[in-house]
Amino acid sequence: MSREKITPDITQKETVKISEISEENILDCLQCSKCTAGCPAIHGMDILPHQVIRLLQLGQVDKLLNSETIWSCASCFTCASRCPRDVDISKLMEALRLMVIRVKGSNKLKVEKIPKLLQKNMPQQGIVSGFRKYVK
Amino acid sequence: MQRVGVFICWCGTNISNTVNIDEVMTAVENMPGVAYSKDYQYMCSEIGQNLVKDTIKEHNLNRIVVASCSPRMHESTFRKAAEAAGLNPYLLEIANIREHCSWVHKDKEAATQKAISLTRAAVAKAILNDELIPGEVGVERRALVIGGGIAGIQTALDIADAGYEVDLVEKTPSIGGKMAQLDKTFPTLDCSACILTPKMVDASMSSKINLYTYSEVEEVSGFVGNFEVAIRQKARSVDMEKCTGCGICLAKCPIKTALSEFEEGLSNRPAIYTPFPQAVPNVPVIDRETCMKFRTGRCGVCEKVCPTKAVDYDQKDQILNKKYGAIIVTTGYDLIDLDYFGEYQYMDHPDVITGLEFERLVNAAGPTGGKLIRPSDKKKPKKVVFIQCVGSRDKSDRGKSYCSKICCMYTAKHAMLLKDKYPDSEAYVFYIDVRTAGKGFEEFQRRAVENYGVNYIKGMVGKIFPTNNKLQVNGVDSLSGEILQIDADMVVLAAATKAKPEADDVARMLSISTDSDSFFSEAHPKLRPVETHCAGIYLAGACQGPKDIPETVAQASAAAVKAIGVLSKSKLVNNPCVSEVDKSICSGCLACADMCPYEAISEKIVEEKANGKIVGRRVAEVNETLCQGCGGCTVTCRPGAIDLKGFSNKQILAEVDAICR
Repeated sequence: MSREKITPDITQKETVKISEISEENILDCLQCSKCTAGCPAIHGMDILPHQVIRLLQLGQVDKLLNSETIWSCASCFTCASRCPRDVDISKLMEALRLMVIRVKGSNKLKVEKIPKLLQKNMPQQGIVSGFRKYVK
Repeated sequence: MQRVGVFICWCGTNISNTVNIDEVMTAVENMPGVAYSKDYQYMCSEIGQNLVKDTIKEHNLNRIVVASCSPRMHESTFRKAAEAAGLNPYLLEIANIREHCSWVHKDKEAATQKAISLTRAAVAKAILNDELIPGEVGVERRALVIGGGIAGIQTALDIADAGYEVDLVEKTPSIGGKMAQLDKTFPTLDCSACILTPKMVDASMSSKINLYTYSEVEEVSGFVGNFEVAIRQKARSVDMEKCTGCGICLAKCPIKTALSEFEEGLSNRPAIYTPFPQAVPNVPVIDRETCMKFRTGRCGVCEKVCPTKAVDYDQKDQILNKKYGAIIVTTGYDLIDLDYFGEYQYMDHPDVITGLEFERLVNAAGPTGGKLIRPSDKKKPKKVVFIQCVGSRDKSDRGKSYCSKICCMYTAKHAMLLKDKYPDSEAYVFYIDVRTAGKGFEEFQRRAVENYGVNYIKGMVGKIFPTNNKLQVNGVDSLSGEILQIDADMVVLAAATKAKPEADDVARMLSISTDSDSFFSEAHPKLRPVETHCAGIYLAGACQGPKDIPETVAQASAAAVKAIGVLSKSKLVNNPCVSEVDKSICSGCLACADMCPYEAISEKIVEEKANGKIVGRRVAEVNETLCQGCGGCTVTCRPGAIDLKGFSNKQILAEVDAICR
């Protein structure tokens, strides 16, 4: 592990953009980690939900854009409904995903791959949801 | 001819950094009526005050304007200085060029112009100021304490100790409050009852203290020194004089289905009951909602078994009307409802309890006789999870945004009490931050970690799943990122504290204010922490904000001293800024009387000559002792017959004119 020089800056472009898209104030979070404690999608995450907000507070947006976490989030809103600080993290996760897929050619779900991904017991609604979440 | 002296204060750099004093001085010299002006670094200092006093005499000044901080801060200081120089203190006017100007502006040029305007307005008003002489009123040398918890008991004892009579009104059947429910007290772990009950007995034995338990204050009117209060003594259905507290009625009562309020619903109590064995007074009450005699007319067992014939089913509520010089509000706090915290299963599982219920479960006089067992199957808990900040520091609709202050310490205490009782048990504490500011507090909490091996986990609990006799607690250790699952036998929730649900009504009744969380507001958060904005009404304890016992007791004694300050005076000086009716213009509509919140205006018939005959004409009259000078009547009056002394319509208009000039 190397020492990184971090200058927390919430006025930097990416952070402002995320705040704009999500309409959430990341400074409201006091790191109680209630979001992580109740998250049902935790197993596919490399960065825990409360760490996501902490990294945003520290201005480390790049780490988040390259994480597995933002794609593992199921948008179930459990975190949002229990957050004592009224921070809707699922909206922040959505904002982070949009930051990635809004760049041209970065759709997470490629149309040609869909037939391979299809499973017999998967409802068709799953495809629609997948497009909503992974495609610009 | 009015000779106005203007004194401009720099307030160090507080004013002079934002307001150009020289420019203000030049402007002041040219204001009409100004005979003398002077600036100084600290006008409130002794040198500054002497400057005011000396120049009043030297330059024969008869009106004074001090341009400085808010009149709330130093008006009385400068009024005293003017009085010392032989001037009526109400001829002095303050121009607030600090709070209203230098502190709220950045632009020096604009701030300077505003300071000049404010000073010009004050000069214009001062020229019209009249000499006012305050009246005097007597003081009822008796205090009322509302709420019989530790705060109320301590206040009452201190006031009684100074030699004044105190009436202590308590809503429930016994004094003692929340402290009586606690087992041990942090940080020294002395038994709560052992240190509280002697005080309760002292209060009941004191010849100066009258206890009104099972009573509520219903109406308050009047003002400092002369409050008039109506107290409702609810029907106890037991004669306080005859009852010896033998307790036979409690044992024989056939209805034992009511949940005990004192035991936090963990056990039942009879329909005729005392809240707890050490209750003061040790006289039971009949809960008429539960009692079979009151519900069906049959039974009457308690009456039959009572050896002194003290039970009286016909007792009625009584209203006592009393007068007081000072009132101290000590109504305490409650825990929030946990209905909205479904993830903790409090409403659905008996083994998820609050901190206050835990106190009862470990208490030797509690429902289990001090045996710490699970409410569901009466077995010893081996693993207990404590969750802090349940609703505290919570901005959402479910909780309270403030820190409840007491939970960090009582949770550490609970964990140690558990380990003391069952050394082989495990204790886990989920926390956001541990806050232990207080004498001996940090050492106390570290003892729980270092000596008792309580597992502190920085993190929160997501949800609790009841499974096979266990409570599966899903949480996280946020420092390591480990996801945890604990099979607990019992969960203790540190529920947030909140103001009493009736606090807003009490505030309205007393004309005092509350904050957005319904805690009573003190007059100044730092310098007047036990006073309210209403003179003669004081606060102590958790009704003013979350507080532990040492702080509550300290505040209670402080409030007592403030009350004694009022009671020790034989006369109080009135505020002379009261309303005055010009009876020659008054049309007698009495709209002012309807408007007056203090009931200070009444009708009067004046006799006057009309067409050679003497006729009576209805006009309004102001009772100067009741008038608080709010000025509401002056704007209600259609013919413009009412003026507020010291703030007359003419004076206000002169100020507006001066600002617009």
